[in-house]
Order: sequence, then C-alpha cells, then structure tokens
Amino acid sequence: MWQYILKRLILMIPTLVGAAILIFFLLRLIPGDVCELKMAGAGLYADQEQIDICRAELGLDRSVMVQFWEFFSGFLVFDLGKSMWTGREITYEIGLRFQLSLQVAIMATLTATLIAIPLGTISAVKQNTWIDYFVRAFSIAGIAIPSFWLGIMIILGLLITTQAWFGTPWMPPIEYVSPLEDFWGNMSQLIWPAVATGYRYSAVATRMTRSALLEVLREDYIRTARAKGLMDKLIINRHALKNSMLPVVTVIGIEFAFLMGGLVVTEQVFNLNGLGKLFVESVTSQDFSMTQALVMVVVCVFIFTNFLVDIVYAWLDPRIRYA
Amino acid sequence: MKFPRLKFALPLAAGLALSFGMADSAHAVKSGGVLNFVVGSKIPSYDGHIEGTFGMIHPIRPFYSTLIRVNPDNPASPTDFVCDLCEGDLPKGEDGFKKYVFKIRQDVKFHDGTPLTADDIVATFKKIIFPPKGIASARKAFFKMVDSVEATGKYEVTFKLKFPSGSFIPSVAMPFNFVYAKKDLDSHGYTWHKTNINGSGAFSFVQHQPGSFVEGKKYAGYHHKGKPYLDGFKAISAPKMALRLQAIRGDRAAIEFRGFPPKARDDLVKALGDKITVQESDWNCILIATPNQKRKPFDDARVRRALSLALDRWGGSKYLSKIAIVKTVGGVVFPNHPLAATKEELVKIPGFGTDVAANRKEAMRLLKEAGHPNLKIDFNNRGVDQPYKVVGTWLIDQWKQIGVEAEQHVNPSPVFYDKLRKSHDFDVSIDFNCQSVVNPIADVTKYLGSAGNNYGQYEDAKLEEIYSRLLRAGTEAEQRTIMREYEQRAIGEMAHLIPTLWWYKINPHRSYVKGWKIAPSHYLNQHLDNIWLDK
Repeated sequence: MWQYILKRLILMIPTLVGAAILIFFLLRLIPGDVCELKMAGAGLYADQEQIDICRAELGLDRSVMVQFWEFFSGFLVFDLGKSMWTGREITYEIGLRFQLSLQVAIMATLTATLIAIPLGTISAVKQNTWIDYFVRAFSIAGIAIPSFWLGIMIILGLLITTQAWFGTPWMPPIEYVSPLEDFWGNMSQLIWPAVATGYRYSAVATRMTRSALLEVLREDYIRTARAKGLMDKLIINRHALKNSMLPVVTVIGIEFAFLMGGLVVTEQVFNLNGLGKLFVESVTSQDFSMTQALVMVVVCVFIFTNFLVDIVYAWLDPRIRYA
Repeated sequence: MKFPRLKFALPLAAGLALSFGMADSAHAVKSGGVLNFVVGSKIPSYDGHIEGTFGMIHPIRPFYSTLIRVNPDNPASPTDFVCDLCEGDLPKGEDGFKKYVFKIRQDVKFHDGTPLTADDIVATFKKIIFPPKGIASARKAFFKMVDSVEATGKYEVTFKLKFPSGSFIPSVAMPFNFVYAKKDLDSHGYTWHKTNINGSGAFSFVQHQPGSFVEGKKYAGYHHKGKPYLDGFKAISAPKMALRLQAIRGDRAAIEFRGFPPKARDDLVKALGDKITVQESDWNCILIATPNQKRKPFDDARVRRALSLALDRWGGSKYLSKIAIVKTVGGVVFPNHPLAATKEELVKIPGFGTDVAANRKEAMRLLKEAGHPNLKIDFNNRGVDQPYKVVGTWLIDQWKQIGVEAEQHVNPSPVFYDKLRKSHDFDVSIDFNCQSVVNPIADVTKYLGSAGNNYGQYEDAKLEEIYSRLLRAGTEAEQRTIMREYEQRAIGEMAHLIPTLWWYKINPHRSYVKGWKIAPSHYLNQHLDNIWLDK
C-alpha cells in the first residue's frame, strides 16, 4: 500500500510542473495589459510614462523567463507573490475565498451524496417500476438544468413567495459571514447555492450509482448470495453497494474538485466571494499573477482529490494496488 | 478679465435633475443606522490619486475629505463648488486669475488624530501635480496650468498658475483628490495609501474583506458638525447587475450609486411601489465611435462625416432611452453646461440635424464621392452590455441605412483595449469619454489627436490651435464662441470622432434613503455625509 501511495505522490510532480509552464506561457499569449486596462479602462489619460511606472512596479518590464522563474520558484516555497490588480498578497486573497469555496463544495457534496446514493440504489433495486422512472426523470432534469439557472430561480422564487406571503421580499444574504461567527447567517446564505449545485451534482451521481449497482447486481456472486437465501437488504448493503461504489467515488471526487474552482457562474448568481468569482475577476482584469496562482491551487486540489480517490479505490478494491 | 467659471455657479440644477424623490427637506433628519449599498466594480487600490474607477470611489471616498467639492446640496449643477477642507467661499482668482489662496479649516483631524494643516494639502497636491520620478499620478494632466502650490501660512495654501484657466477649480474639485496626511507620505512613502487608509472624511475605516465588502463607521470628529447622520456604511461588492437589482428588491442593499437601465427601474418600481424612489439625471459620459485614420478610407473626412451623418441621434434618443442608459443628444460638452451647444447650435453640425433623410442622402453622396459607396467596417466593441452592446447594435443598423456594412467584434475589456490602444486593429471602435466633475475645457481634450486618451491616430494642427485659444480664453462668452468653433471642427467638418448619445443616469433606491441627491456623474457626491435613513 505504501509503495502505491509513494508512486502516486511522485506522479504529482510532473503534473504540477507541466501545469505551471502551460498556464504561465498561455496567459502571456492573451492580448492586453493590466496597466493599460487599469488606466484606460477608467477613461483616464494614460500616457506612456504612467504605463511604464505601473509595469515597472509589477515587474512586467523584466524578461519573460525571469518572470517565470520568479513565479515558479515562489510557488515551490508557497510564496505566490502579490496580485497585480490589488497589490495584496495572493495567499491572503486566496485564503479569504478558499474557506467559502471549500464550505460550499463540502455542503454541495453532502447534499449530492445524500440524494444520489439512496435514490440511485432505490432506482436500481426497483428497476423499471414507477419509482425508477421518477428517479430517472428527476436525475435527468438535474443534468439538464444548469445550476446557475436554478440559482436564479431560487432567488426569484424566494423574493416573490416571501413578498406574497409576508408582504416583504426576502433573499439570501449577499455577503459572507463565517459559520464560527454566525452559524445561521452563514447557512442562510450558503444553503441555496449548495442545493443548486448539489442537485446537478447529485443527478450525475444518481445515474452513476444506479448503473453501477445494476451491473453488480447481475454478478454471479450476488446470485450465489441470493441462492444461499440471504436477505435482499443484506445483499445490497453488504455485497453490492460497496462494490458498485468505485465509479461513484470517481464522480464525487472529480465533481468536488471541480466545485473548488469551477463554480464561476453560480458564485456570481449568489454573490459568493469564492475562488470562482476571483477567477473571473482576475482573468477579466489581466491579473496574471493571481490567475496563475489560482490555476495552480485548483490543479493542486484536483491532484490531491485524485490522490484521495486512488487511495479509496485501493481500499474498496485491493486488486488495484497490486496491479 | 472675469473669472470664467464661478459665474456659472447658478441654480442650474432645476433644469438638470429629474428627481422623483427629492422632498427630503420636508422631513426631519434622523441620525443612526447603517447604509448598505452595492458596488458593481472591484477595488484596485485605495489610492485615489492613481485610480479612476467608481469601484474604488464608492467604498473609499467616504473615508476622505477633499479641498473643495461639488455642492452636495446641489450636485446636479455642473458649476456649483463649495469648500470641504477650506473655509468660507471659494477663493476668487487674484493676479489676473493666476493665483488662488485657500484658507484651510482649523478644526480638522485625520482619523488617527493628527491635526490637518496647510502642509497636508500641499503635500497632497504636490503628489498629484508634481509626483516624484517613478510615482504614478493619474490626474497630473488636469493640472497643466499649475505652476506651484505652497503653504503660505499654517492654514493657508496658495496655488499659482502659469496662465488663467477655467478648468482649474473643477480640477481641484475632483473627488479623486483625497487629502493625505503629510506625515503619512513622509514616513510611509508615496505608495502606502494603496493599501492603507487614513483620511479625515465622514467615516473611518473598519475593515475590507476583498471581493466582499468595505465597512466604515461614523467619524465623531468630522469637521462638518452634526454630520454624518449614519452610524456607518457597508459597501458590498456585487459584480452582476441582476444581483444588485435583486439586492435592492430584497433589501439587502438600499441603493446602488452607479445606475440601472430603464427596465430595471421599471421592474423595481413595479415590485415595490412607493418603497422605491427614483432619481434621474443626465450623465457626464458619452460613447464615441472612433474611426482609425491610419486606415484607409477613414483618413478621408468625407467618409467619417458620412458615418456621422448616418446616425439618427434624435430618433435614437427616443428609442434607445427605453432600453439603455443613454438619452441626450449633445456635442462635445456635457449638455447642461453653459458652454454646451444649444439645440439651435447643435443642429448646424453635420449629423446632428433633424432631417434624417437629408442627412443620409448627403452621407451616401459623400461615400460615393470618396469612392466607397459599399463600405465595409471592422467594428471593435467592448463586451459590456450597458450601454456598449446596445449602442453598438444601433450603430450597425444606422450605418446600414447608408449602405455601410459593419462587422462587429465584441471583445472582453483587455482585448478591446489592446486593439484600441496598442495594436490599433480596427476600422472604427467604440470609445467613451466619462468624467467626474464637469470640466468642459479639460474634458474636450479627448477630441485632440494629441491627447493620450484619443485613439483616432490623427493630427490636426488647426484643432490644436483652436484648443490653445480655448484654454486661454478669459471670459465665458469668449470660451463659448471658441468652443463652438472647436466643436464644429472636431465632430462636424473633420468628424475625427463621432459622438453617439450622452448617458442617462437612473438611480432607483429604497425610499428610506434620504439626503442623497443625484449628480451628473457616478463619481460625485459619494462622501455620504448628507445621507440619512428614514426608518
């Protein structure tokens, strides 16, 4: 097992280096300049002297290779530098948003898992009954409806229904408060995006659970268990479900990693100050240093999640670690 | 010679702001409460001297004072300025309007307790006007007329000008001219204010959660006694317009100071009735179509004039104002300013006449004469809905009426600016002229080929010569005459730039927000010291 884990850890290194090279040089292919954007974007008279001062302050007047080395060597020691847009430490800026994104990702994953595994299991067990049809329709709807649209509908629905019922429109808070400071305030903001994204996420996982379980339920050892006279409940819980979880764990892992940096539109809809919103802002403002750092953070999240998934794989199916 | 600008300080507001909710004087002012407002743009740094976005002004301006400011009780007037850190009336120009002496208030303290003196004002304006090498200053160019700024007493500041200029006072009144403490500049350096705040404004800084909100609390030692009325404010960052709108509807925020399109106003009023108050005003912003004169055939004035003649500005005003934040037909000067063209003067400029059919016939004749009856245009537009994409679509339709086919490239801001400013990869591009304080003599420099924010790539010695005369014109009448000459040359005869419509500012807000009056710019009247909540 340790050898297996070590191999997985070593494989992370080329992935990180490759991602760093790609993101650094690809960003520099995009036309535009953060200094030009800062000054001209506000309609200011921006003469070359001002632009040059700004570029020198940001280190953009140095050669690309020097900039790359500074970025990469900084990354190795977790010094991500300063944002080109705000001038603040990137670790501080990301740290502020990471907590929120992590919380939403965890809440959405919990929502999705709590919906997907029971529904997928029931759907497989009750295959081709009205329950199965209902669950399939529910999950297909979840895949078809974009989570940001669902988010907009949730906000509008809350505004309209609360106004109709109580006379005063209500919507979730639009500024983040830590659960340690105000738990219910935090929940009243984050439960809605967790539901909106968790529903889509659960739809994928429900379908995966159903199909994986159906496949396992047709295995010989399940037939043997039934022939032995074991109760259905026991067969499913003890023998079938665990073995059908491999693809489900993959889906949950990938979706979790995706939520950490990919909730771009949903975060805008609910005004969540998370990594997705920061991504959009840094790309639109040509904040290269921030964009690079964010990509690397998301890459790390993906790599780490994949690593965890690999370990769970090995635990679920010991044959994998010997392969 | 008379000072040309202070004369303008007349009650022009009556004709300017269309306010549906300015009956505050009928109420007794109440103190207390926290104002929550939404801001649609992000904060680059806290330093007003280098930034130009409302994303910084709205949350940060309340922490600072300025030497003078637009009259908060009459912000609709483009010419009414009053003292903030100075006292009494604004100084009358001396020595042929080449010397201005400001008496500074003696009761002002920075939030850290440091008393404010003339030295702080001088240090601030020296940073803005004469920044040391390597230090950025975004508004240095507005103060080209200033020769020196000196403390002539502990509470007296004297500005000496190289030549009399009507744009001096409006430039001093710009809301970005935050007054910093000299000791901060001396001890922390000229970049300290990018990430730190120590002002003397109505509110003191509490916290900033980047990307989320800025919080301020009432400053008890504020020099305008009895103010501010609010206990504090929270400026909440909300980039999506739909969310800002819903935030007001759901009372998560009481106001958004930039402005909403007409449909959003109507939706809010429909949903909330009298709980919403709407203030509207002309806006000191205009979208301009900029032909690239380094590309043929846009070096030909006939072609550019044809593009301007194709526009039905009066009709466009009627229809576009229902869907976009544009409305008023105007020339190079903000429409409600005394130096602006009247309608009679405006219709004499090619493309501004009311006979659209005749204009377009002339446009087609000009194109044919120039040898381009079926002109095709590579049109660069910015990927911002309001009002860029709406106006861009309108322009394409208008040009189509004279047989010009425009292929529009809607680009995200970085790419848009790269094409506009660096690669010049466009035939015609949208551009804008958006200023804070209405300062026509400075604002119209946009039309000069030599201006740093002009991207038409042309030289026009005659226009430069007219501007040079305008800059030195002593009286209002003289300025007005020269301004018409300048306007006719810039957007008529040569059609260097093609103005579309001036923006129109619509601010629907919760009716319990009192005391705030709309100004012709989203940068103005943001000190928040006169706002109170009628809850």
